[in-house]
Amino acid sequence: MSILVNKDTKVLVQGLTGKTGTFHTEQALAYYGTKMVGGTHPKKGGETWTSGVDGTTLPIFSSVAEGKERTGANASVIYVPPAGAAAAILEAIEAEIELIVCITEGVPVLDMVKVKARLEKSNSRLIGPNCPGVLTPEECKIGIMPGSIFSKGSVGIVSRSGTLTYEAVFQTTNEGLGQTTAVGIGGDPVKGTEFIDMLEMFLADEATQSIIMIGEIGGSAEEDAAQFLIDEAKKGRKKPMAGFIAGVTAPPGRTMGHAGAVISGGKGGAEDKIAAMQAAGIRVSPSPARIGATLAEVLKG
Amino acid sequence: MNIHEHQAKALLKGFGAPVAEGVAIFSADEAEAAARSLPGPLYVVKSQIHAGGRGKGKFTELGPDAKGGVRLARSIEEVVSNAREMLGNTLVTKQTGPAGKQVNRLYIEDGADIARELYCSLLVDRTSGRVAFVVSTEGGMDIEAVAEHTPEKIVTVAIDPEAGVTDADVRTIADALALEGAAREDAGKLFPILYKAFTETDMSLLEVNPLIVMTDGRLRVLDAKVSFDNNAAFRHPELAELRDLSEEDEKEIEASKFDLAYVALDGNIGCMVNGAGLAMATMDIIKLYGAEPANFLDVGGGASKEKVTAAFKIITADPAVKGILVNIFGGIMRCDVIAEGVIAAVKEVGLQVPLVVRLEGTRVKEGKAILDQSGLNVISADDLDDAAQKIVAAIGGAR
Repeated sequence: MSILVNKDTKVLVQGLTGKTGTFHTEQALAYYGTKMVGGTHPKKGGETWTSGVDGTTLPIFSSVAEGKERTGANASVIYVPPAGAAAAILEAIEAEIELIVCITEGVPVLDMVKVKARLEKSNSRLIGPNCPGVLTPEECKIGIMPGSIFSKGSVGIVSRSGTLTYEAVFQTTNEGLGQTTAVGIGGDPVKGTEFIDMLEMFLADEATQSIIMIGEIGGSAEEDAAQFLIDEAKKGRKKPMAGFIAGVTAPPGRTMGHAGAVISGGKGGAEDKIAAMQAAGIRVSPSPARIGATLAEVLKG
Repeated sequence: MNIHEHQAKALLKGFGAPVAEGVAIFSADEAEAAARSLPGPLYVVKSQIHAGGRGKGKFTELGPDAKGGVRLARSIEEVVSNAREMLGNTLVTKQTGPAGKQVNRLYIEDGADIARELYCSLLVDRTSGRVAFVVSTEGGMDIEAVAEHTPEKIVTVAIDPEAGVTDADVRTIADALALEGAAREDAGKLFPILYKAFTETDMSLLEVNPLIVMTDGRLRVLDAKVSFDNNAAFRHPELAELRDLSEEDEKEIEASKFDLAYVALDGNIGCMVNGAGLAMATMDIIKLYGAEPANFLDVGGGASKEKVTAAFKIITADPAVKGILVNIFGGIMRCDVIAEGVIAAVKEVGLQVPLVVRLEGTRVKEGKAILDQSGLNVISADDLDDAAQKIVAAIGGAR
C-alpha cells in the first residue's frame, strides 16, 4: 500500500512542452513506467510530445478537461512558470482532477490565497506549490525527486523541503527500511496540503509502519501537526516517528530561501517546533545526516 | 522587498488613505524649504531607515543624552537644526543590531494632535491561507510585547478573498479598536483602502503602528511599514524604483542579480547548497560540529553553470570565509552541472581556502568524475555528516 499515488495513477502534465516538463516526464516514464498519459498546452492541442530518451510519444491536449476526458487522468503535475501557475492549478481544479501537484517555485502568495479559497470548495487535493512532488517506490513518480535513491519499504515521509526529503529517503534506504510514499508538501507560506493531512493518511495506511516528518522554521504547521498526533494517540492511533527541523541557526526576520521559512514576530523558531514534536513523541534528530539512523533507533526500542 | 516610510505613505495616499503632508529630504539644505511647504507649527523629523524602533533609537556619533531617530520640532529653525544633527549619522535601534544604519534621508512631516494610538497590520495568515487584519488598541508600542503580555488585546480578522472586506469585517475591526463617531465613519473607508493597497500591489506586510485617532476624532496613518512579495515583482515594474540598495548587503545584492537566495551571516564557513531546507540544515550541522556558517546560499532547482560560478564567486569574495562546503543533493539540479560550475569558478577566481564537496542524487557519478579529473584540491565527502566534519577540521576545528 501507499498514499496519494500508486501504479494505477494516470498523470497529465501541465507544461509538458517546456524544458523542465520534458526532462522530468522522461524521468517519470523511466521510473517503473509511471503512467504519464499526456500533456496540455492551450495552443498545441492535437500535437504530440516525443521523449528524447526512448522515443515514447504522448498526446498534447488543449485543456486539462479535454485531457482528463480522453485519458481518464486522475492526477496532474504542473511545471508552468510562476506567472501562470495559479491559473494552471485553477484549471485543474475546474476539471475536477483528484490530485494536483504543483512543482513551480515562486508563485505569488496572493495567487495562492485565491487558489486556496477555490480549493476548499472543491474535491481536489493540491500538493505544493514549490515542492518536489510525490513518489511511491516502484509504482509512480510525480515531480522531480530522484527515483534512484528510493526503495520499497515501510516508512512514510512528509517534508516541507525538497532536498531534505531526498536526505530522508536516501538514509532510510541505506538503513534497509525503504519507503511507502514520500511527499514534499512545499516551502511556501500558503499551500494546498499541510502536515496534518499527510499524517492522517500515513496513520491510516497499513503498509506504513513508521513516519518521518521534516519541518523548518516559519509558521506553526509543525506545532499543529504535533497537537494532531497527541490527539490521535489518545484515540490509540500512533506510529513510531522520527523528525528533523531545519533552521536552528537561522537569524530572525530573514527569509531563508523558501518564502515560508522566516521567523517573524518572535514566532516560527526551530526550538518551539522541536519541543512540540518531542512532546508528541517524535524523536527529533539534531543532525540532518542522522534522520534515518534516528528512526532505526526508535524502531529498535 | 522593504521600502521606506515616506514611500509607503505616498503609496497609501495614492489609494486614498488619510496621511499627513510630508516631504522627504536627502540633505540638510533641503530642510528649510521642506518645512516651509508644510502648515506647521508642529513638525516631525523622522529618520528613514529600513528598521523599526527609530524613536527610541540612539545615534552612535551623538552623546547618550541626544534625542532619538524621530523628533518633534516646534519651529522651522528646530526642523533645520535637527536635520543637521541627524543626517549622515548612524542610528542604532533594537532592530538594526549594534552596528546601526546610516541615516541618508529624513521625512519632514506635519505634526498631528493625537488622542489615541492604535495598531493595525495586514499580513498573509498562514493558518487560514487568507489576508488578515491584525489590530489592537495598544498602538505605538512593540506589538511583540503586546502579544506576549496581553495577547487578548490582539484581534485577527481574516478576509475572504472572494468577498473582500465586508461591512461585517469593518464592524468587527472597528469594535476591536473601540472606534466611535467620526473615527468609526473613517474606518468604513480606511480598512477597505488598506486591503486594496495590500492586494493590488502584492504586499506581504503592511503595518500601521500607530494608526491614530486625532483630537478632532478622525483616523490617520501615522507610521507605515511595507514589504512586498518578491515572487510578485514581475507584475509590478513600477515598484522597482522604490528599492534602496544602500539598505541591503552588497553580497546579497550581487546574489539577487543571479536569482540566488543568499543571506550573509557572521561565521567563517561558506556554504553553497541546493534547496532551502538543505541549505538551512547545512548551516545547522556546521554549528552542530562547533563552527559557524558564513552564509545561507540556495542555488535553487535548475541552476546553470553560470549561476553556480556566480555563487562561488560571492562566497569567496567574503574575507571572513576560511573554508567552503558545497552540499548538493540533486533532484532537478544535476551534479555534473554543479561540478562544472565549481571548476569554472575556481579556474577564474582561484581557491585560497579548503573546499569540501559532497554530491548525491541525479548524475552523481558524472559529477564526482568531473571533480576527480579536474586536478583541483577538492576534498570529497561521502555524506553530509562526513562533509561537515571534514570542513570543520579543515579550518582548524571547532571554536
